[in-house]
Amino acid sequence: MSRIFVTGMGNISPQKTWGDGTLLAEITAYTTDRLSCVEPDYSQWFDPRQLRRMSRVLKMGVASGSIALKEAGIAVPDAIITGTGYGCLEDTGIFLTKLVENHEEALNPTPFIQSTHNTIGSLIALQLQCQGYNQTYTQDAFSFESSLLDAILMIKEEPALNVLTGGVDEITDYSHIIQRRFGKFTSDNTSNLDLFKNENGIVNGEGSTYIVLSGAKKDYHVCVESVATLYKADDAALRKAINELLGNSGLTAKDIGCLLLGTSGNERHDKVLLDHADQLFPQSTVGRYKHLCGEHPVASAFAFWLGVKILQEQTIPGAILMPGVQAASAPENILIYNQYGGTHHSFILLKSCRDSG
Amino acid sequence: MKGSVHVAGIGAITAIGNSVDECMRSFRQHTSGIGSITLFDSIHRGVLPVGEVKATNETLAANVGQPEYISRTALLGIQAAREAVASAGIDIAKWRTGLISATTVGGMDRTENFFPDFLQDNKKGKLHDVVNHACGRSTELIADDLGIHHFISTINTACSSSVNAIAYGTRLINHGMLDIVVAGGSDALSKFTLNGFNSLMILDREPCRPFDASRKGLNLGEGAGFVVIVSQRVLEQEKKKSLAVVAGYGNTNDAYHQTASSPEGRGSYAAMQKALAMSGLSLEAIDYINLHGTGTLNNDASEGTAVKRFFGEHLPKLSSTKAFTGHTLGASGGIEAVFSVLALTQQCVFPNLRFETAMPEVDIVPQQKFEETTVNHVMSNSFGFGGNCSSIIFSK
Repeated sequence: MSRIFVTGMGNISPQKTWGDGTLLAEITAYTTDRLSCVEPDYSQWFDPRQLRRMSRVLKMGVASGSIALKEAGIAVPDAIITGTGYGCLEDTGIFLTKLVENHEEALNPTPFIQSTHNTIGSLIALQLQCQGYNQTYTQDAFSFESSLLDAILMIKEEPALNVLTGGVDEITDYSHIIQRRFGKFTSDNTSNLDLFKNENGIVNGEGSTYIVLSGAKKDYHVCVESVATLYKADDAALRKAINELLGNSGLTAKDIGCLLLGTSGNERHDKVLLDHADQLFPQSTVGRYKHLCGEHPVASAFAFWLGVKILQEQTIPGAILMPGVQAASAPENILIYNQYGGTHHSFILLKSCRDSG
Repeated sequence: MKGSVHVAGIGAITAIGNSVDECMRSFRQHTSGIGSITLFDSIHRGVLPVGEVKATNETLAANVGQPEYISRTALLGIQAAREAVASAGIDIAKWRTGLISATTVGGMDRTENFFPDFLQDNKKGKLHDVVNHACGRSTELIADDLGIHHFISTINTACSSSVNAIAYGTRLINHGMLDIVVAGGSDALSKFTLNGFNSLMILDREPCRPFDASRKGLNLGEGAGFVVIVSQRVLEQEKKKSLAVVAGYGNTNDAYHQTASSPEGRGSYAAMQKALAMSGLSLEAIDYINLHGTGTLNNDASEGTAVKRFFGEHLPKLSSTKAFTGHTLGASGGIEAVFSVLALTQQCVFPNLRFETAMPEVDIVPQQKFEETTVNHVMSNSFGFGGNCSSIIFSK
């Protein structure tokens, strides 16, 4: 069985997660319910004319993809696989608005063209002249997981491949207002950093994370062991899935040095994760991430980046720990346990593989 | 790859029929489903022909026992997916069953109703009109209806989406992760797509004429098509008949332009090449190609060139069924997969309606009559915006 190595990553998120610097050393605090990405200067990737036509989801997607490929030392990947929960919301909103305002007349096609979900992955292909496999998944909070699973299967089929895979989602003014009307977010001015003190609500987030995976060993030393998604699973099904996941990898709960929990701030949805962390992983250091990246369909892609960084740097940053929690020493295995809306649960198991040949 | 992945059931709802049998009858009778817009308001009503499914949301909702507001994409999907599962005659709850659906518009038909009020005042607009906006929601609604929890996924690679859904399902079965996959796609007509394609000036004001010299564009359609694919083990244990085998598939990117295909059809050529290589078949073995054949100047010239370059002397019988159904976008690969399986089970090829004169760019004369003939291997092409090209081969 071939191993799946992480050979490069690019991440744009509401924290500064690109460029040099210590992992999550400087944390950006927000007192609103909307966490927006800390974006790089895009002029290194696009000319001004291109930039004017591009929505943020496209800029973030192509830029984070480029960062990942550069880190992996790959000019053109063999496959590009993208996950996005909402797709290109900005262009969709622009076209819908014009459709209503102009009463279906004299419409500019550009936002329509750029509204389909596969625009992100196909723009990367177009920029790189990559004629290989190109795929886009959109399944709420399984979007990144679907992409990751496809990439893993591809490498199992052909270990020599270099696969670019990731998750991208943007917030727009419209999407934020609409989701807020559903009563999804915190309404007071609590800082995102205090999100889990009293489980008082969710903050909206966004982000773009691309990773390069390959069956060929690089000096990255981190492997993806497995990914699993469970739709509308009950407590028993989740416990069974955890046991299977660990068992299939020859691990037990105590081997999981760090558990990255996708608690969102919603008490009801978080309870099952917190209970499982307490009962099944009493020895693991529990870290959280949605106060840093916000809640969004591909938040697990942020967690993936975080988990790989922890394994690489062999240290768990304080910013993900609850007050008073002491981090365990360098974890060998990290389990990401994400949830979204209480209906979508997923697991990603990452493994340090320094010793393996 | 272990064993074969078989098609055990099919379901479809399109402008030419609310079931597989009805679609088949329309093919035999050369009855097109293209007509005027009747189901929604638009300034293009009476001007731009479309391929509407002949059922209102109310009727569809009543048929499947779901609320009308859940989005037409979901209603069409539920109807076709149920038909596919019923025709397979397998209790899918007994097996590790997944649903992989494809859609490009998702709940857009409801979102566009929400927007006029919302733009006036952002506290207005009925929230139940946007709750199912996301493409993945239509899949979840279909999964809930079929009782599928084990695995769900949605693909949106524009008009090639459904073929990718069937290919992904086949891979998941081959990797031993799933036993059964309900795979295909669903897309409803919407003002959003109608106006989008209109703004690109690629909609024909007459019923479309794929691969014809006089073609002026496509007609949008709607519908859903699903296949139930199963492992060899499921087929044997359930003692079911294989309708077809998924023999090969290819997914490539043209990487030429965001909407236009390269003149030589390099992406579509590569997709056909990959699919054929995986199938292990020779060029001559392909008996019929269900073309993407949208009826736009660009697609048909590019696809025709690629087909001609690829098959050379061995051009099989070929046709686009979009003159019957319209272009059903993300659903087209699923619907045309159902038609491809029908070509194998019914031993027939479908007519390319309204064809008169071959394109000057490439000399291809498609099948013009419904014909009963020997069909052992069928190729189906689906290409989309963003250069996404996919091709799939079904064998007897």
